[in-house]
Amino acid sequence: MSIEIKNVSYVYGQGTPYEKKALDDVTLQIPDGQFIGLIGHTGSGKSTLIQHFNSLFTPTSGQILLNGININEDKKKLKSIRQKVGLVFQYPEHQLFEMTVFKDVAFGPQNLGLKKDEVDKRVRDALKLVGFSEENYEKSPFELSGGQKRRVAIAGVIAMKPEVLILDEPTAGLDPKGRDEILAQVKKLHKEMNITVILVSHSMEDVAKYVDRLIVMDNGKASLDGTPKEIFGHVEELEKMGLAVPQVTYLVQELKKKGFEIEQNVITVEQAVQLIKNLPKGGKR
Amino acid sequence: MIRDITIGQYYPENSFIHELDPRTKILFTILYIFSLFVVKNLLGYVIVIGFMALIIKTSKVPLKFILKGLKTIFIILLLTVGFNIFLTPGETEIFKYSFITITLEGLYTALFMGIRLVLLIIGSSLLTLTTSPIQLTDGIEYLLSPLKKIKVPAHEIAMMMTIALRFIPILLEETDKIMKAQMARGADFETGGIVKKAKSLIPILVPLFISAFRRADDLAMAMEARCYRGDIDRTRMKELAYTRKDQIAKLSFVIYLAILIFLRWRFK
Repeated sequence: MSIEIKNVSYVYGQGTPYEKKALDDVTLQIPDGQFIGLIGHTGSGKSTLIQHFNSLFTPTSGQILLNGININEDKKKLKSIRQKVGLVFQYPEHQLFEMTVFKDVAFGPQNLGLKKDEVDKRVRDALKLVGFSEENYEKSPFELSGGQKRRVAIAGVIAMKPEVLILDEPTAGLDPKGRDEILAQVKKLHKEMNITVILVSHSMEDVAKYVDRLIVMDNGKASLDGTPKEIFGHVEELEKMGLAVPQVTYLVQELKKKGFEIEQNVITVEQAVQLIKNLPKGGKR
Repeated sequence: MIRDITIGQYYPENSFIHELDPRTKILFTILYIFSLFVVKNLLGYVIVIGFMALIIKTSKVPLKFILKGLKTIFIILLLTVGFNIFLTPGETEIFKYSFITITLEGLYTALFMGIRLVLLIIGSSLLTLTTSPIQLTDGIEYLLSPLKKIKVPAHEIAMMMTIALRFIPILLEETDKIMKAQMARGADFETGGIVKKAKSLIPILVPLFISAFRRADDLAMAMEARCYRGDIDRTRMKELAYTRKDQIAKLSFVIYLAILIFLRWRFK
């Protein structure tokens, strides 16, 4: 499922004193199967942008094409678009409402009008994918811990078998362990289900390890687009947008300044360790 | 969709009306509502409409914005006018078909009621459009404070109102978010009969209630952590004070009232 965003602009509250331009002429190509990180400061328009992908927002101007078809052309196809583009909101555990975990995850597939067996199967598969243990299926979602609730909520979207999965700050408010677990699980999902994943975050550190491509939003515009390595080369620009590159990137940069022969754009600690190990003795030229 | 509700909304501007003391505006709004019932003839309404137009003009709030608020009461308006047309007994029948009778008196009352309702809503929504919620509750607290002597908890009432008003936009936003989250899971709030529509609200209402309680809990905790204990020796950062503008407003309002009373007394 490829997504094409063509010159999309969006204005909030048009004609009121609170009018605000949230998206400003955004053009993007998202081919099938990519794992993308969408990064930007609070208020940069990233959440607004992703809500365009499944037609929760209709652009003020511009087009969004899903496999070449304009998604806002035929409002009757909304359901199928929302099935194909799964969107997990920020703090998704706040949307839980059913009596049991199982029923809550089944809400999405049921809305698609599937048969009971198929719904059951999908719910089980989805809960298994997010690593939720089977003995808790009949528990009330409100007795679970924060991290567990979030898994259930994510499973609720996965159970719809989307072809594109968008997660808005899936790690917000989780402890470091929970954060790593969720991100690793998302990576696993991307591999196993072979779908396009868009991960929204304001933390470079979080996404750098996992994604193939980074899109940086600033002031309603997609200002940088490339592989993490390329993006982290633009340290100054990123800092101007209020974003930081991973700490290890800073470290390696400093080493290079001190005269060590080292590749500059390192994004993970593991890479840095390897590079430093391989340095010739003394390291300096 | 949900953001279109304008009743109770504040329209930020710098105008004569915005800068008036909230107490002045609250008192005048109440008096204005009474004044609508003093009027008994069309000439009186012309004066009221003229007065309102003057206030709207000085408040710099676009007329379109004010009229948008009327949309929400459209059905009530329609019902009132309808009942008055068909159910007012009178002597001069102008239309009769089986059990339906329309009288001239009925038409008059319907017209008057309609105008009165519209003016009522416009007048009171002007109060909230030109007064920020904080100012509004401050004003109410001041106005109620004489009642503290007979143990009316004026401060607590004002605080409750402030919190309730403060939470309206938050809850609206929350509702919007939850609705979208459920729509992303294929929920459908528009089609189906009444039962299906009511059922489709459950996925919104349950999370909304939970989040409202959570927020209330957090707020209570935060207030206690700051040692809030009600109206015991509390001082305020901004004391309300009447200015010259309030004197001008008072004078114009007195003139307006005088004209209305004179009209009522002169032309029976």
